[in-house]
Order: sequence, then structure tokens, then C-alpha cells
Amino acid sequence: MWDHLSLLLVVTPLIAAPLAAILPFGRVPWALAFLVALACAVMAGMQLWTILTGGPIQYELGGWAPPWGIVYRIDEVNALVAMIVSGIAAVALPYALLSAENEIEKHQIPLFYSAVLLCLAGLLGITQTGDIFNLFVFLEISSLSSYALISLGNRRQALTAAYQYLIMGTLGATFFLIGVGLIYSQTGTLNMADLAARLPEATGLKTVHTGFAFIMIGFALKLALFPLHLWLPNAYTYAPSVVTVFLAATATKVALYVILRVLFTVFPDGFVTNTPAGDLFLMAGILAVLSGSFRAIYQSNVKKLLAHSSVAQIGYMAIGLSFASVAGVTASIIHMFNHALMKGALFMAVGAIVYRVGACRMEHLHGLGRQMPWTFGAIIVAGFSLIGVPGTAGFVSKWYLVLAALEQQQWIVVAVILFGSLLAVIYVGKIIEALYFKQATNPELAVEEAPFLLLAPTWILVFANIYFGFDTDLTVGVAERAAQALGVAAK
Amino acid sequence: MDFVVSHYNYLIAIFLMMTGFYTVISRGNLVKKIVGLNIFQVSVFLIYISLSTVKDGVAPIYVEGVKVYSNPLPHVLILTAIVVGVATTALGLALVVRIKEAYGTIEEDEIHSQDNSL
Amino acid sequence: MDLLIDISLLTFLAVTAIGIIRITNLFAVIMLFAIFSFLSATLFMTMDAVDVALTEAAVGAGISTVLMLATLALNKDHNEKQPDKNRHWLPLAVVLTTGAVLVYGTLDLPDFGDPASAPQTHVAPHYIEKAIEETGVPNIVTAVLASYRGFDTLGEVVVIFTAGIAVLLLLGGRREDPLDDGAKDKRVPQNLVLRIVSKIVIPVIMLFALYVQFHGDYGPGGGFQAGVIMSAAIILYSLVFGLGAAERIIPKSVLMFLTSLGVLIFAGVGIASLFLGGNYLNYSVLASSQVAGQHIGILLVELGVGITVFAVMLTIFFAFAGRERS
Repeated sequence: MWDHLSLLLVVTPLIAAPLAAILPFGRVPWALAFLVALACAVMAGMQLWTILTGGPIQYELGGWAPPWGIVYRIDEVNALVAMIVSGIAAVALPYALLSAENEIEKHQIPLFYSAVLLCLAGLLGITQTGDIFNLFVFLEISSLSSYALISLGNRRQALTAAYQYLIMGTLGATFFLIGVGLIYSQTGTLNMADLAARLPEATGLKTVHTGFAFIMIGFALKLALFPLHLWLPNAYTYAPSVVTVFLAATATKVALYVILRVLFTVFPDGFVTNTPAGDLFLMAGILAVLSGSFRAIYQSNVKKLLAHSSVAQIGYMAIGLSFASVAGVTASIIHMFNHALMKGALFMAVGAIVYRVGACRMEHLHGLGRQMPWTFGAIIVAGFSLIGVPGTAGFVSKWYLVLAALEQQQWIVVAVILFGSLLAVIYVGKIIEALYFKQATNPELAVEEAPFLLLAPTWILVFANIYFGFDTDLTVGVAERAAQALGVAAK
Repeated sequence: MDFVVSHYNYLIAIFLMMTGFYTVISRGNLVKKIVGLNIFQVSVFLIYISLSTVKDGVAPIYVEGVKVYSNPLPHVLILTAIVVGVATTALGLALVVRIKEAYGTIEEDEIHSQDNSL
Repeated sequence: MDLLIDISLLTFLAVTAIGIIRITNLFAVIMLFAIFSFLSATLFMTMDAVDVALTEAAVGAGISTVLMLATLALNKDHNEKQPDKNRHWLPLAVVLTTGAVLVYGTLDLPDFGDPASAPQTHVAPHYIEKAIEETGVPNIVTAVLASYRGFDTLGEVVVIFTAGIAVLLLLGGRREDPLDDGAKDKRVPQNLVLRIVSKIVIPVIMLFALYVQFHGDYGPGGGFQAGVIMSAAIILYSLVFGLGAAERIIPKSVLMFLTSLGVLIFAGVGIASLFLGGNYLNYSVLASSQVAGQHIGILLVELGVGITVFAVMLTIFFAFAGRERS
């Protein structure tokens, strides 16, 4: 079975999803989903280790050789992304048990876990595949299941948020499909390695340029890159807490991976620098950082505040990749990893507040800092990481991003990164102020600390934020190798 | 003129795509948006199938002696894409039904004004 | 001649699309969409894409239209609000830019029908030349769909499964009377001719569905189309004899089981090939010879597709129709 590891990583949740749907009520579907997520995390870890020690893996599905059959092709980049996705799933599922029972109707629970497993299978399928159309199919599995998961939020805005995301997500997927079709018309192939071999002769063609643009716009929509981010704030705000945790920490990361893969592996060297793509990513990134951070400051709903902050964080990742340098892409990948840790922890902590108080507007938070000290502590540490305080993972991201910008002598970008961090101080400060320095509106109302099952996963991610703030060998080392594996031209 | 004849399929397909796209982003009625989305997608299918056509070719079902077939690969891709499309449509319409029950309307601006008046 | 049919169909499509934008009566819009879908199916037919044509007709003009009508039935007002004139400019600018970029992109597209273009000279020739000897399936589309790109098709079944789960999550809850025992549904037509005719037609539709299911190796068709057609038979039954009667034949729990079963059959074939020493979904190891193994594999996975598609289509229809009643 060792040879089939990369395949089983996707097929295990895929098979578990229909099983979860037909299992009897109770906690069986949850247990199944949790075991599967745990197994996926172990398999993804083994896969990453195999690749770091032994080089890329290729797996021919159906036993057909590429380019006629579909292949999985995994190098350091997708192995790392698969690790993030399944790692977050394994931490989020213990959290899901109580959080979902609290926010989702009982008879929907088995189907809910089925949808979670589908989403996991879809995201992992996107990362593992070496075939660009197979990627589209798994993109739709993850998208459809996330629309359904978002719509389960208990306010009616969840429905409109899911609808809006469905429309924009489908437009994005269709743009991607147009792009793939145009590129297929000039190469005749869908296999990514084969595309990479055949595209250099076709780089001058107008059709290829158009196809490239459509693929990029399609995934910029899925990534929620400014100004195509409009679906994100509402979707993250009104989805059930655990769904927000999972999607915020994984879905946009996978979209970023696809952009990196297409930009650097599928398209030949210099395609980014010789077209306006690099400049556009830089501009979108800068605007995302500024607009996302400013909007975050003015939010009165904590989940929405964090969602707008996510728009800004995606901006940092776009800035990194726009340099098309090893340093820039490394910074982008490091931030992708670290952002999953910090936003995962923050949304979990906010979900714990929702579990106890039932809402998460600023006024509901007043005075909770003293009553829920562990949750409060998690918000402080993860918030510091979001700002980029030294000693946290967030600092490592910002540091490498600034270094990459200095290498390009982009002084404005350095200023934007620092200014963005300053704005983060303000919006994280607002949350801490509400939690600790504001008097509770109803002091007699005793609020208990969140249950252990919610706190433990939160603190696992909080510790990860601290750990990866000190031990940078793992993240930076792997990210550097990943950037090289992508085929980023060394300067 | 030669270009228009040899690319007539593509040009019309682009026109159709844009009518669908325009319907999605300019209309506020939630059902009409879904109709627009469907038109957008079907027109993309047209481009793929046009790419698969070979002059004097026949449908790709093996017959002894026949040499020229149209390209089966885009057909396969579009079969999958059609299925994905209907899945999205079903989910989108289910959301519309729930939105109608929750808001009493399927017009985007009326929904927004209800949410903002809270 | 072909070109003439082609060009007139395309022009009809353009006219229909403009109609869809301009008309504000949603019922008319949906009917125009069904026409649009049917015209495209005809066009796919003229372009030799028979499987695609069959599917588009069943899905676009069939399922999608039915679902749109079911959604509309819940709305008393069938007219769309007149769009605000000032809101036109930004969308128009976006659409014109996108269209212009696409036209720019077509400048280098191969001529329509060019046998020397990249898609016709790379990858696809392998399927055309080798499919019959490697898989034994004359319908090359089926060979590629179920075997060479079988994993895509597994993904496609999972997409359908996801849609079923999603619709159940959204519309599955709070149904007070799943079976209106004995009580006649008022909206069910009591027309004798309709009842007798449908009793004759329904078995024929089912038989046709089975034909499409098992003849997919040789002619157009396969699990997906068969599943849709089979579900159409039950939908017709429920329209004539009432939703309660249809749900008595196939209860919700059975439907849920079938929905999962199809995916499990398909994915299970893949696991079986793992245990027999092949890669995932490598059907060649399922029997002593490659062609025999491919034959078994394709038969089984198409069956899985058919079962899940049938069950999900019914699930979705029942969910929408059930809402209408409450």
C-alpha cells in the first residue's frame, strides 16, 4: 500500500463521505470523519517525508501512462499544501464535535460530516493532481461542498452569502475552463508536465496569452484576491464557526497553490516577467493589504473583522509571488503555511466565544477576557502572530517578505508591509480592548470558559504559532525547496 | 472574411458567453442569474466541441474501415462539465428556494435593503 | 450543407440569448433557456458529439428546466423587477472587455475543422487508434470517459453526490407529511387518458434507460444518461400519480442508500484493482486478459454512475417538489 499513499490520501475521504451519509445518527459520522482526517494527516506527513528524502512521486491512475491517462504528480510544493490541508482538518474535527452540535440541527449532522469529507477530498484532489482538467473536477467537489457548508450558518445571511459565493465561484471555475480550453487548442494536452514541455513553442500566440489570463482570473476569484474578494467577508462571517475555521485555513491556500503551479511550472520561465501578470499581482496585492486592513478596523463583528484581515493576508501572498524570485515565492509559501496556523487559531477562539455567548459582535465580547482566560490567551498569541510580533510565526512570514522586497529594491512594498502591520496592531488591539478593558454590560451573567474539546485544538494551533516562530528550519527550508521545485528561475 | 467563416463558431460562442455573463452580473433576480450562468457555461461547451470537430470526420464510435473521427477528448471533458453544471444549478436553485422562504423575495436589492435595515 | 445548418443554428442561438436578456417574464425566460439548450444539443449533434448532445438535451432542456420551473412555482410573481438603468454601465464595460479579450484570443485559434491542429495531432490520435485494442470498447468516448480518464468520471459522480447532499442539507428538513396516506393530492390530475398512457409509457422509458445504460460501450449513452432517463420515468409517475405514491415506491432512506451505493461501487472497483496488484482504477487486472478486465471494470463503474445519478436526480426532484407542497 506504500506505493499508493498519494492516491489513498484523496480516496480515503472520498469513500468515507458516502459512508458518513448513510451511518445512523449519533456521533458515528463525526468519529468516522475524525479518523479519516487523522489518517489523511499521517499519510500527508509520510508523503512529505518521502518526497523530501526521495524526490517527486508520480502515480498513474488507471494504470495509463501520461499524457493519455490522469497522473498524480507530487513534489515539495503540493506535499506541503496537502500537509497543511489535512493537518488543519485533523485539528478542526475534534473542535467540530461540540461546535457543530451547538450550531447545526441534529438531523443534518451526518450529512454535514459527509460534506466536510467531500470538501477535504476535493481540496486534496486539487493539490495532488498533475492533470489540469482533473483539477477542475476536484475544484468543483470542494466548491459545491463549501457552498453547502456555508449555507448552514444559523442566520439567513448565510444563505445569501452562499449564493453570492456560488455565483462568483462558478464564474471563476468557468473562466478557468475557458482558459484550459484555449491552451488545449494550441497544445492538445491536459497533463501539466506535457503542457510545460509543449507551451514554450506556443508562448507567442495570442490564444495562449488569453488562456493564461483566464486561468489566472478564475483562480484569483477563488483566492479572493482584491478586487475579486467580495464573496469572502460574508461567507466567512455567516458560515458555522468550524466551517469558517476549515475554509479560512485551507481553501484560499489551495487556490494560491494552483496559481503558483500554473504560473511557474506549467508556463515557461519568463512568462510572468514578460507579461503584465507580475505587475498586476503586485498591484492587486498592495491594494488588498491596504483595503483589507482598513476595512478590518471598521468592523463591529469579530468574524467579519478577521475575514477582512484574510483579504489583506492574501495580499501579502500575492506580493510575494509577484516578484517571481525564489525569495519572493518562498515568502509567499511561508505565509501561506503560517496564515493557516494563525487564522485557524483565531477563528477557533472566536468560535469558542460563539459557543458560550451565541454571538461575536464587539459588544458581546466586553469583559469576556477575564471569564474565558484560555480563549483570551489564544486570541492574544495568535493575534500577535497576525501582527508579526517577533517570536511568532507571523514574524517569520513578514521578515522573509520584507527581505524579498528589499532584494527587488521595492521600497514602496516594504513600506506597505510595515504599514499593514501597523493597521493589524489597531484591529487586533480592538478585539483585545473589547475582551479585557471594556466592562461587561451585564456583570452578573457568569460566562464559563469554553470546554476542553474546543480549547485543545485552539491551543495546538497557538503552540504551532509559537513553535514555528522559533524553529524556522522546517517552514523556511521546505518552502525554499518548494519554490525551487515549482521551477522559479533563480536570479 | 475568411477568418469570420473559419471562426464563425468561436465568434458566436463568445457572443453567447458574453450574453450569459452579462445576465449574471447585471441582473438582480436570483433565478435569472442562474439562467445566465447556464447560458455562459453551455456557450463554453460550444467552444470545446467546436475544437473537437474534424473536417469530414464522423462521431468517435469505432467502425471498421473508417479513418477520420472527430476528437473524443473534448467530448469527454464536456460530458463531465455538463454534469458539474447541473449540480451547480441544483444547488443554486435550492439556495434560491431557501432565500425566498427567509426573505420573501428573490430580488437582490430588496434582500440587501432588508439586511441593512436590521 | 453542414456549414449552412451550423450557421443557422448558431444564429438561432444568438437570437434566443438576446431574448433571454430582454424578457422580464421569468416563465418565458426559462422556456427560452430550454430552447437554447435544445438548440445547442442539436448543434453538438451536427458537430459529431453524439454523447454530449444526448446529455445536454437530458440535462439542460430536461432536469435544469424542471428545477427552474419548480423554483419559480414557489414565487407568486413571475416577473423580474425592471433592472435599474444606471446599473448597466459597469457590467457592460466588464463584459465588453472580456469579450474583446476572447476575440483577440481566437485570432490564433486553429480554423474550424482543421485536421492538423494540436488537439487533433497530440494525445487524441492515441485514443482513436488504440482504444479498441486496449479496452475493447468501440465507443471511443466511453473508453476515454470510463477508462483512460476514469478518475475524472469518479470525480464527476462525487460532484453529483455532493449536489445531492447539498440539496438535502438545504431542503431536506421540516417535511411534515412525507406520505399523504390515502388522501388524494388535489393537484394530481385525475385524467384517465393521462393515467393509462403514462402506465404504458413509463415501462418503455425504463427499458430505454436500461438500453442506454448497457449499450454505452457500443453507441452513445452510458451510466449518466441512463440515470437521468430512469429518474425521468419516476418523475413522470409522481407527476401523474402524486408525490406520495412515488415516495412509497422509493422511500427516502432507500434513495439515500442508493446515492451512496453508486459512489461506493465506483470507488470500490478502484480499491479492488489495488488488491489485485494494479494501480487505482486499473481495470486490466480485474480479469485474466486486459480486454476482459476493462470490460468488467467499465460495466461496473458505469453501473455505479447510473445508480448515483438516478438516486440524486430523484432526491433533488423530491426535495424541490416537497417544498412546493408545504
